[in-house]
Amino acid sequence: MTSQVDQSEAVDGSDGRDEQSGPVPPGGVQPRRAKPVRRLDRVIIRFAGDSGDGMQLTGDRFTSETASFGNDLSTLPNFPAEIRAPAGTLPGVSSFQLHFADHDILTPGDAPNVLVAMNPAALKANLGDLPRGAEVIVNTDEFTKRALAKVGWVVDPLGDGSLEAYHLHRVPLTTLTLEALKDSGLARKDAERAKNMFALGLLSWMYHRPTAGTEAFLRSKFAKRPLVAEANVVAFRAGWNFGETTEDFAVSYEIAPAALPVGRYRNISGNLALSYGLVAAGVRSGLPLFLGSYPITPASDILHELSRHKGFGVRTFQAEDEIAGVGAALGASFGGALGVTTTSGPGVALKSEAIGLAVSLELPLVVVDIQRGGPSTGLPTKTEQADLLQAMFGRNGEAPVPVVAPATPAECFDAALEAVRIAVRYRTPVFLLSDGYLANGSEPWRIPEVEELPVIDPQFAVGPNHVLEDGSEVFWPYKRDPLTLARPWAVPGTAGLEHRIGGIEKQDGTGSISYDPANHDLMVRTRQAKVDGIEVAPLVVDDPDGDARVLVLGWGSTYGPIAAAVRRVRADGGRVAQAHLRNLNPFPANLGAVLKGYDRVIVPEMNLGQLALLLRAKYLVDAQSYNQVRGLPFKAAQLADMLFAAIGTLDGDESDD
Amino acid sequence: MSERFKSLKLVPLAEGPLSTKDFKTDQEVRWCPGCGDYAILAAVQAFMPELGIRRENTVFVSGIGCSSRFPYYMNTYGMHSIHGRAPAIATGLATSRQDLSVWVVTGDGDALSIGGNHLIHALRRNVNLKILLFNNRIYGLTKGQYSPTSELGKITKSTPMGSLDAPFNPLSLAIGAEATFVARTIDSDRQHLTSVLRAAAEHEGTALVEIYQNCNIFNDGAFEVLKEPGSRDEALIRLEHGQPVRFGADRGQGVFRDRATGELHVAPVTPDNEASVLVHDAHATGPSTAFALSRIADADTLHHTPIGVLRSVRRPVYDVLMAEQLATATAEQGPGDLATLLAGTDTWTMADRPTTERSDS
Repeated sequence: MTSQVDQSEAVDGSDGRDEQSGPVPPGGVQPRRAKPVRRLDRVIIRFAGDSGDGMQLTGDRFTSETASFGNDLSTLPNFPAEIRAPAGTLPGVSSFQLHFADHDILTPGDAPNVLVAMNPAALKANLGDLPRGAEVIVNTDEFTKRALAKVGWVVDPLGDGSLEAYHLHRVPLTTLTLEALKDSGLARKDAERAKNMFALGLLSWMYHRPTAGTEAFLRSKFAKRPLVAEANVVAFRAGWNFGETTEDFAVSYEIAPAALPVGRYRNISGNLALSYGLVAAGVRSGLPLFLGSYPITPASDILHELSRHKGFGVRTFQAEDEIAGVGAALGASFGGALGVTTTSGPGVALKSEAIGLAVSLELPLVVVDIQRGGPSTGLPTKTEQADLLQAMFGRNGEAPVPVVAPATPAECFDAALEAVRIAVRYRTPVFLLSDGYLANGSEPWRIPEVEELPVIDPQFAVGPNHVLEDGSEVFWPYKRDPLTLARPWAVPGTAGLEHRIGGIEKQDGTGSISYDPANHDLMVRTRQAKVDGIEVAPLVVDDPDGDARVLVLGWGSTYGPIAAAVRRVRADGGRVAQAHLRNLNPFPANLGAVLKGYDRVIVPEMNLGQLALLLRAKYLVDAQSYNQVRGLPFKAAQLADMLFAAIGTLDGDESDD
Repeated sequence: MSERFKSLKLVPLAEGPLSTKDFKTDQEVRWCPGCGDYAILAAVQAFMPELGIRRENTVFVSGIGCSSRFPYYMNTYGMHSIHGRAPAIATGLATSRQDLSVWVVTGDGDALSIGGNHLIHALRRNVNLKILLFNNRIYGLTKGQYSPTSELGKITKSTPMGSLDAPFNPLSLAIGAEATFVARTIDSDRQHLTSVLRAAAEHEGTALVEIYQNCNIFNDGAFEVLKEPGSRDEALIRLEHGQPVRFGADRGQGVFRDRATGELHVAPVTPDNEASVLVHDAHATGPSTAFALSRIADADTLHHTPIGVLRSVRRPVYDVLMAEQLATATAEQGPGDLATLLAGTDTWTMADRPTTERSDS
């Protein structure tokens, strides 16, 4: 396949890719006699090492170069909660998986084709995921008796033949890096730390990645320590040269750029996309964005990102706790700002009372929950989608809150805009449920034009909205728009609209305190009706031939693996329909009809069946759960097997008829 | 009229003079008859016109408790929020709206127990908020449990054999939390209460005003010694900036510093020691003397209770600093441009051509 990607803005601004085959050498490196080049349509690489080995950085760089090269890609960072877990141990292993291809892909891949293992722990922790024939690059320098013993290996697996199923590359990464840096002026310990860049250089050679971007990145990252910057660049080039010269690496691989829909692209992670979506919502609504937040994994990146955009009038407030974060956001909303709070599941638990207040005050508020493994502290750095019911019901009283959930990292941008649209139009708190996989995973994103983005009109109240019997005009803070049931948003500073609101039940219309039984019944039902009546896009079903009897329905980050599994099933002749929910409260109006159109509905979730429970309760359908709570996304193969089995069983049912 | 109130310099002025009546709402006041809250409400309603600002730019935020019903009775914007969280909510409001005068009304349970964390952090940040802490040393709305300011051994519904908790001293706590303005007053002394409100309103940053407030149902007479004509002169120390700290009949008692320990103590003033009576300096940079004054009263009898402004110092105000950062960022990088932000620096373009479908993941 030839490239039709127009790299108009290549990172280095100069060398576009050549038509020639073979890796393009970094600056200052003379190309040698080219080795054979093999073309692949996709590759899955996993970098694994100690949490101090810089594996996330290495993965990020490889991803960045891959994105700028024009491949489609999907990533899965996976790291321990500890900043520096004990060196050389299995719990301390940090890894970064990247799937890239010459066509559109949906997941970070089930099993790596290539594993880079910086030490025995990294090898042992990841060996189980490797298919036969995978390439394994190990840093032999770290395979000492002591390091092996730390992970329970009595015999060195590099020497006992136990890795025969794999294509093993024994590379003394540390030694080679130190050798390359012997004149760098760095102490041995500092020089050794550049070994991840040596590995990156080697992989960049193997897969023909552009290199200028990484070199520019290193020089900028270590701008204040030029010796370190230069050492990293030298190690990176040395790794590249090693691939080019050593006999062990006989071939290099080419993966052509992918053909994605027309447009301008960048690579983006879920948390970045979500942050941009919030900034965009501020711009498109004209509301100043106010973020009240308390640091928590995996949501903190949004706080970091938004704190950089003060030029947009974005105010970020790092609160003393989760409750103050949401409280300050709600206070800002009362004042006419776009109040947002960001957190993860444990933080949502703490914010619950304030979210209930927002339900009662009927003020716009966006609550972003980057879900992680639970309960309690759970698995802070791992993914899960087990906060759905907490978002739906985790408050005292009848306190309905709309729920929006993006399906992919890039979609976090649209989901943020959608959450703000609902919050502002309907004067309500809204849950935006992302998760650790979406937050840290990345993929190419078609950059939208600003004019394409929805305009969100806050429609502030400006004058009286009610005439009393005596003919006087007054402002009633709880007199609703008959269409949306939303109440007016009158902000302090607006003369004549002074009013008091609070968490005590309010009289319909006037908003005064009311303990009247009939009024409370009315208000509870009205708040529910307002949320039930929110307009959301209809559910789209992907059923190419229209004759599938099995529907697989998901929500959130399971989209990638489910869609990949559906492709596999169809490629092998199976018939299956797929649909994915982006709005979980309210559900799309056509959901009930969609569910009833299939003989079997299967709901894969990274929880114990929370969406399935809602579907069963609301639609009386026999939705069947398929669950996994391993802190990791589903694998496409696993879901495909499950779907095949479901289709097969159904065929069996049919023959029994 | 309001040039005096530097803290309100960004708040629009009222077009004409306002009156007490303008700040009253049509809501029936539902505190118990005889509650000290009535006097505080009347004093605040009467004081507000003095600010000279537009009524609609005034906001009262409260938490939960008897005192927290306060906003319903103020004809301004208001929010009766949830237990303990008013300082946090008001922080978000005041930080995003510098054109508002934001007041927090709270109580000893609301501010010092469930909301203690928000209170101390609001104080250290120095957000432009005025916090009125009604201290009645009891839980009223939940019908009479001991509070974090109740005296040790207090018999209440939840402590039939006496409370085991050592109480907080709210002013010591506030000074320890880096508060820039700390004052105390009494519900029944309208004139003093108004003077303290005025000083708080003038302060740029967070002002904490502790108001001793009588709960005539569950803790009646808690501050009687400070109010009774027969005892108050000996019990109350009225602080005035720049004046010697003297009190009692004929101002015969004075506060002195022990040269050896630095501690403050009360002693009769004599011609010999008159020159060494402590002179109150509310603006002292260091908090030590204010802290010592906050602890000079006897916690049980309340004898030698200082009222007035213990501490009033200048420190950068949180919302001002935040606004400055926004202005600096805009000046240095220009106003945010969404298209530029979304595009970032690493992009590539996909030209028009058919796409291929693959069967793998």
